[in-house]
Amino acid sequence: MAAAARPSLSEAPVAPPARGRDLFLPLALLGVLGALVRAIWFTPVELMQGPAQKIFYVHVPAATVGLYVGLPIVAVCSAMYLWLRDERLDRVAESAAEVSLVFLTAVLVTGPLWGKPVWGTWWTWDARLTLTLFLWFVVLGYLIMRGALEDRGQRARFSAVLGLLAVLLVPFIHLSVNLFRTLHPKAIVLKPSAPSLPPEMLSTLGIAFAATVVLFFALLRARVRYAADRELLSRRLEGEG
Amino acid sequence: MTAPAASPPLAVPGVLATAWLVARKDLLIEFRTRSAFLAAVVFALIAVVIFRFSSDPTAVAPIDLAPGVLWVIFVFSGLLGLHRSFGVEHADRAMDGLLAAPVSREALFLGKALANLAFVAAVQIVAIPAVALFYDLPVGGGVLLGILLVAALAAVGLVAVGTLFSAMTGNTRLAELLLPMLALPFFVPVVTPAAMATARLLAGRPMAEMAGLLRMLGAFDVIFVVACTLAFPFTLED
Repeated sequence: MAAAARPSLSEAPVAPPARGRDLFLPLALLGVLGALVRAIWFTPVELMQGPAQKIFYVHVPAATVGLYVGLPIVAVCSAMYLWLRDERLDRVAESAAEVSLVFLTAVLVTGPLWGKPVWGTWWTWDARLTLTLFLWFVVLGYLIMRGALEDRGQRARFSAVLGLLAVLLVPFIHLSVNLFRTLHPKAIVLKPSAPSLPPEMLSTLGIAFAATVVLFFALLRARVRYAADRELLSRRLEGEG
Repeated sequence: MTAPAASPPLAVPGVLATAWLVARKDLLIEFRTRSAFLAAVVFALIAVVIFRFSSDPTAVAPIDLAPGVLWVIFVFSGLLGLHRSFGVEHADRAMDGLLAAPVSREALFLGKALANLAFVAAVQIVAIPAVALFYDLPVGGGVLLGILLVAALAAVGLVAVGTLFSAMTGNTRLAELLLPMLALPFFVPVVTPAAMATARLLAGRPMAEMAGLLRMLGAFDVIFVVACTLAFPFTLED
């Protein structure tokens, strides 16, 4: 019998669907641990910045994945939700926003930790720092608004509208923060000339990058499953199922 | 049954005429109660005074403080009015009456935004002279006109975004907190160039130096008025 098949929402069972042991997340965490071990003990220390530079292997992948993978997923799912009205899209948008908030928080914590020894200051109102901070505020507002809305359909629609308006906001924040000068290091890998990193550092960055991407999707998958279970439960409590 | 001959034919007005009717309704309520307007003006005046005492007057020149004070006051007093915009419609479920009327949702939004614009402009008309007075600003010549132009450009963008978020947060549990939390990050690209342009105007810089900042404000206005008008119907369904 196909007892393992996931039931659809319309025929919701009493208990959340049973799933096999999820190995994706533990494996992703192991990968991140491996990347950190390699970065800390098996990659040369940078000459000018010293050990502080190690933070680069966490900061750069987290920033890239949060800003260029997580937030675009929120935006695309928001647009598609308004078009298709599929609740799964809303759940993916919610989950991607929450996981991105975690990644952006990691960026905003590791940045000052590196900035104090290297720049001599925890924070500076630099273009990139300010842009990241404001996106963090927008994502936080998005999640708090979701928490304040009771009606499922209304929450999904308002969130999608906010997700889309945020896309329009990004170029304007970019323009306004560029009215200030920047201290932030420029791109050193993705630039027209060859990457200006020694090979060991470049390979460590590559490994850290891959581990971070896998971690993002593992967390996203776990969070989407959680959202689906929670919704199933609330439907049952409302007596709809 | 036929309608009395004297009554005009029942015609649904166009988008702008409808927007005007909605705006007039809101302004009439505000004019008769004056609750939000007086609160916003008093708030603005108190804020002008408090900001003056927040820094050492011998260390920070008033003219350096004024642009920031002016824009912080605009934003926060504007939020007072924006919060009320849809707040009044949720009492007695007045919103349902508006939605039942045979008018387009876009016209409804534009009407609400128009009333909010009038509200913000009225507060600014009191706040700008107050800041000029208390901070002893050189507002002679074209400076005052320049500040009014910047204020008008900024107000349109602030009001478009604020009206939409007021509609979205109006009937939530955390409305008073949620509206500023959602709206303030969107106000950054308005307040930054507006405060910079104000500072340059007060420093007597030529108008040409502000062209880029004014273009940025104008672009924000066009994009967010269109986007928020189109997005508004999505916040209303069912």
